[in-house]
Amino acid sequence: MERIPILKMGDFLLVTIQVDMHDRLAMTLQDDLTAQIVKSRVHGVLIDISALEIVDSFIGRMLASIASMARLLDAETVVVGMQPAVAITLVELGLPMKGIRTALDVEKGMMALRGAILEAGQEGDASSIR
Amino acid sequence: MPTANSKLSTVFEKREQQITDQWLEQQQATGRKLTAAEREQANRQSREFVRSLRSALERDSSGEISGADWAGIRDFLADLSSRRAKDGYSPIETASFVLSLKQPLFMALRGEFGSDAAALADEVWLATLLLDKLGLLTTETFQKAREEVIQRQQKELMELSTPVVRLWENILALPLIGTLDSARTQVVMQNLLEAIVQTRSDYAIIDITGVPVVDTLVAQHLLKTVAAARLMGADCLISGIRPQIAQTIIHLGVDLSDVTTKATLADAFELALRRSGHKVVRQETAAAASAPVR
Repeated sequence: MERIPILKMGDFLLVTIQVDMHDRLAMTLQDDLTAQIVKSRVHGVLIDISALEIVDSFIGRMLASIASMARLLDAETVVVGMQPAVAITLVELGLPMKGIRTALDVEKGMMALRGAILEAGQEGDASSIR
Repeated sequence: MPTANSKLSTVFEKREQQITDQWLEQQQATGRKLTAAEREQANRQSREFVRSLRSALERDSSGEISGADWAGIRDFLADLSSRRAKDGYSPIETASFVLSLKQPLFMALRGEFGSDAAALADEVWLATLLLDKLGLLTTETFQKAREEVIQRQQKELMELSTPVVRLWENILALPLIGTLDSARTQVVMQNLLEAIVQTRSDYAIIDITGVPVVDTLVAQHLLKTVAAARLMGADCLISGIRPQIAQTIIHLGVDLSDVTTKATLADAFELALRRSGHKVVRQETAAAASAPVR
């Protein structure tokens, strides 16, 4: 069966979506990714969609739900490499994806993730002291 | 009628040279002053027109100019009038190119039918109909060519009025001038997103000092642009909000609370610099350093 590879890079998981997403593939990705987050105990996930030319409302929602799931498992998600045309389409569809962090490319995404994890870590420490 | 009309082509056949010469003379007498090159060109065009008119009449003498046999002459007139539109001729000058053919043609008809008044009237009527149709055709194509020019200029204006300026290594500015409609927002958005990718910028400042009116639609367009830039991983700041516009936005109930707004471009630039970890410090010059001593 077709699967989207999930690569572990240091403290992060890197998911590069190269093929057109369909429902089954998206569900498999959710399963695999949540399992992988728990298994490798990472705190950051990068989803690279620079190869995606078409993003519809379904994939938009799927990305949002993956981000929420990862957050439940204490991992921050950054969606990187969105094409300008895709960004315009999503906004015109009324899906500004407010809950998701975004970055221009993988490099910037990693920087953003490091910042976010540091921030989350500090918050966690503060709450544990209280 | 159609049989009578076929005489028109015989008249052309017999008197083509005479008609052409008289027509050229008349064009020179009534038209505006032409340079030698222009006159040469006009003469060539006139001869070609008469030639193609004659051959079209020989093949199809029904008086309808929409047929396939008239395609050549239609193309010729379309080309001529669109070129004249670009060269700055007036519609009257363009249409009278064809219409001025009437007089020499009528003279030729008179020479042909001399005594037969009924036949002459018929032929004159048919010739008038035909030339009027051709004249209207030139006017229509002239108009179309003008419209094309206007549309092209509109497009150029749109491209000109949405520049994306690089202020710092990762900070872009987008000074908007003029009203924002849907079509322009699309161009603005596209330009901005492409510039973000190209320059790998983290911050984009949209300056609306030059936007005269902000209504709910314009505000919505702005919010869309901000959201699209955010999806690309860039932070958007809106600057240049005039007091009047701040009042309008609040009265309209537009929610801009998700977006960072600043009164001036300078403030927004400073904030973007600070957020990206830069600091602007005044350099102490010799004069400034020595001033307190005195």
